[in-house]
Amino acid sequence: MEMTGEQRIKAPQGIVWWALNDRDVLQASIPGCKTLAKTSETGFEATVTAKIGPVSATFTGAVVLSDIDAPHSYRISGQGKGGIAGFASGSADIHLVPDGDETVLTYTVHAQVGGKLAQIGSRLIDSAARSPAAQVFVNFSECLSALGPKDARKTGVVVPTIWV
Amino acid sequence: MTELLVGKSMKRKEDQRLLTGRGRYVDDIRRPGESHAYFVRSPHAHAEIRSVKKDAALASPGVLGVFTGKDIQRDNWGSIPCGWVVTDRYGKPHKAVPHYALTPDKARYVGDHVAVVVAETYAQARDAAELIEIDYHELPPVIDLATAMSGAQIHDLAPQNLCYDWELGEQAEIDAVFARAHHVASLDLVNNRLAPSPMEPRAALAEYDPAQESYTLWSTSQNPHMLRWMLSENVSGIPETKLRVISPDVGGGFGMKIYCYPEETTCLWLSKQVGRPVRWTGDRSESFLADAHGRDHRTRVELALDDKGIFLGLKVDTVANMGAYLSNYATSIPTYFYATLLAGCYKTPVIHCDVKAVFTNTSPVDAYRGAGRPEAAYLIERIIDVAAMEMGVDPIELRRRNFIKPADFPYQTPVHLIYDIGDYDASLDEALRMIDYAGFPARKAESKSRGKLRGIGVACYIEACGVAPSQLIGKMGAGAGLWESAQVRFNVTGTAFVLTGTHGHGQGHETTFGQIVADMFGIPIEHVELVHGDTSQVPMGMGTYGSRSLAVGGSAIVRAAEKVIAKGHKIAAHMLEAAENDVEYARGWYSVPGTNRKVKLTDVAKKAYIPVDYPVGLEPGLDETAFYDPANFTYPAGAHIAEVEIDPETGTLKIVDWVAVDDFGKVINPMIVEGQIHGGLAQGIGQAILENVVYDSETGQLLSGSFMDYAMPRADDFPNFKVGYTETPCTHNPLGAKGAGEAGAIASPPALINAISNALGIRHIDMPATPQRIWRAARAAGAADAQKE
Repeated sequence: MEMTGEQRIKAPQGIVWWALNDRDVLQASIPGCKTLAKTSETGFEATVTAKIGPVSATFTGAVVLSDIDAPHSYRISGQGKGGIAGFASGSADIHLVPDGDETVLTYTVHAQVGGKLAQIGSRLIDSAARSPAAQVFVNFSECLSALGPKDARKTGVVVPTIWV
Repeated sequence: MTELLVGKSMKRKEDQRLLTGRGRYVDDIRRPGESHAYFVRSPHAHAEIRSVKKDAALASPGVLGVFTGKDIQRDNWGSIPCGWVVTDRYGKPHKAVPHYALTPDKARYVGDHVAVVVAETYAQARDAAELIEIDYHELPPVIDLATAMSGAQIHDLAPQNLCYDWELGEQAEIDAVFARAHHVASLDLVNNRLAPSPMEPRAALAEYDPAQESYTLWSTSQNPHMLRWMLSENVSGIPETKLRVISPDVGGGFGMKIYCYPEETTCLWLSKQVGRPVRWTGDRSESFLADAHGRDHRTRVELALDDKGIFLGLKVDTVANMGAYLSNYATSIPTYFYATLLAGCYKTPVIHCDVKAVFTNTSPVDAYRGAGRPEAAYLIERIIDVAAMEMGVDPIELRRRNFIKPADFPYQTPVHLIYDIGDYDASLDEALRMIDYAGFPARKAESKSRGKLRGIGVACYIEACGVAPSQLIGKMGAGAGLWESAQVRFNVTGTAFVLTGTHGHGQGHETTFGQIVADMFGIPIEHVELVHGDTSQVPMGMGTYGSRSLAVGGSAIVRAAEKVIAKGHKIAAHMLEAAENDVEYARGWYSVPGTNRKVKLTDVAKKAYIPVDYPVGLEPGLDETAFYDPANFTYPAGAHIAEVEIDPETGTLKIVDWVAVDDFGKVINPMIVEGQIHGGLAQGIGQAILENVVYDSETGQLLSGSFMDYAMPRADDFPNFKVGYTETPCTHNPLGAKGAGEAGAIASPPALINAISNALGIRHIDMPATPQRIWRAARAAGAADAQKE
């Protein structure tokens, strides 16, 4: 499955790039993300709960950032094991283009599921995955747009000084 | 004298039990202290298993153990065997790749058995399974049959993923025939993969008795003795005397329950490991993943004809999917149950068949209702229609010109088999009459006036049933003889036990066999009790498949009953104070013709068990065993005609009429036979228009893994079937019966695809002919017609 999309974010490219690399923003953006622990400069350990069709599962797995071209683009990829529900893996290529004070984020997501998820939900995967995938970027955008010094404490995001 | 029961549509004895919820299936059997197994299955189609972390699962509540393939291997349990050795074109045996109950090294299909958890409850086992961490290293999966031989190697033993490259016939001969042909019709076709889907999923319950050092395995098996044999000799080393296999009521099998499976093998091993009875009942998801599938061939077929439409030669090139491992009889299905049937009902003098059997990262494939014979009938009956279309000959006429005629029997085909008897014109005549073939053009015109496309398609099939003459199949590589046993115990009170090595799982054996024995002994059918499905009660037998139960198992019962009668003859002569030669027997009575002296079999039986005034030197008792090895296969044949109406705007298909005329030889219970035909038709029509197992071609994920995505036919997909019979009794068994279980599934796919092709005016459409495919074909055909005009 492959999907592409675009999100306009009311923040300059530098901020967006920083947020793309921030654990807290990422966790707040990924629907169902329970934990996201940084394991290295470019790696995280994640736990995500997802429901696809009749199957709901908690996935655990590694998330890796690669092909990093700061502050323009990177690839975020991960593979999650959902126990007897199967597995899900995917990657997103993310590009940032500045547009005045705002930033246009474009993404291409590849996703794959296996095991029971594919067996029972394959027909539903496209629609089931499309909305959460899009939701990530909507959340991300909202997270950043809404972000002022006041809200920073609420979301747990430590706002860099350039913002203030 | 009571009315004869053979030939009567008696209601089934077993239905009172089965229809009122009193059937006893494996899952109904309870053993004290039983535990539950849950299998951890691979989510990957092809992956190395690098590590399995069990700790968290072992600490989970109620868990009695967590085991992997390595644990079973340490106990020296061997591979599940493939019992039929196919010798390839170079004289080498097929690649007998190992198939362990739990795979120790690599997962080879989605659903492959990687580990098992045993716990107090099913839910605890399942929860614990969640906690097992398996480190898989994914490998490129091999899914597509067309490219399987160039894909990543699945088994070390099988380079190019080739199980065998097999040939039947002489290449030079077939080339010569094709060189002088007036016309050659050719077709590429797919015989789609099917999920058998019986109502009752597979289940197993295993118990170890440490006092006797013996095991009992309850299994949903179609052939408990064969299961015991394989588990004992090939897998476990448990002596046959210490292993009892019981198949109680079983809810459908269709071939899929013939085989020895990893789950029951593992439960057997576990029962001693954990010291508790271990149960596993598959859910429907597991059925789709890990039951043996059926069919899955890609074939190119070519038919050479002379200018009069006489068949000169048939050339077949097939790639057959074995799946990831070899199921017990997988090797024989696309060879000796397929290529040997390629003569069909026709006098094709030269036949050549190439079969490449390949491994893929998919569930194993083995016999499913018809097993090889549907694949053969499909391509024969399809290529004849294509040839008829191309040569401008009526397809009925083309068949008739090439039929083997009644005077030709016994008929030696060019592909091993000798047909003993048949009358193919008779079945075809009756089918044409029943469907009012002559009235078809008017019906077609009427449909056209409503904007609908009407089509008619005929298929004349033959199959080889009554599996199987031991010597013949032994020469073909079978690892077992396929005779059958029966024991008839005529009791002191005048009732009879009939023990058979066949196994009923929906076929109505208790009734059919009861009718035969009741007639032979002149006793009520209620006094005949069938015993089957228990290796500790029944003599060694070969089980039920290949439409063999009546033709082979029933014949064994007749032979054993005849022995009872023959022994009774000696006792009766003594009782009647007559010479044996002067005594006659008929349906329960021994008499001396020309006198009023007679004695009942039941009184003779009493004498046999109280042998006070008794023939000198004769053993007491009236309990006889017979083993019956058929002299030949039986050859049921017939003609099925489908009439369809298609809406070209939507691709919707309606089967408006169906006629099935079959020659099953002697029919014991017409109602049961009709039920068998209906069931076979349902499954064959399902294959033709609905059912299809689909794996994602890149990842090997099973996409048709539930009844949401795997289309099972329903009652409203069918018309009322019109069933008729012609009869040429089998020449070599005492019942004259040929077998009826598979015919519907063999005849219906080609009849239906012929009808759809006829309606659309096209050469071919692949199965399943779904509305989408039909719509596309109708559009393409419409566009082609428009271009011509």
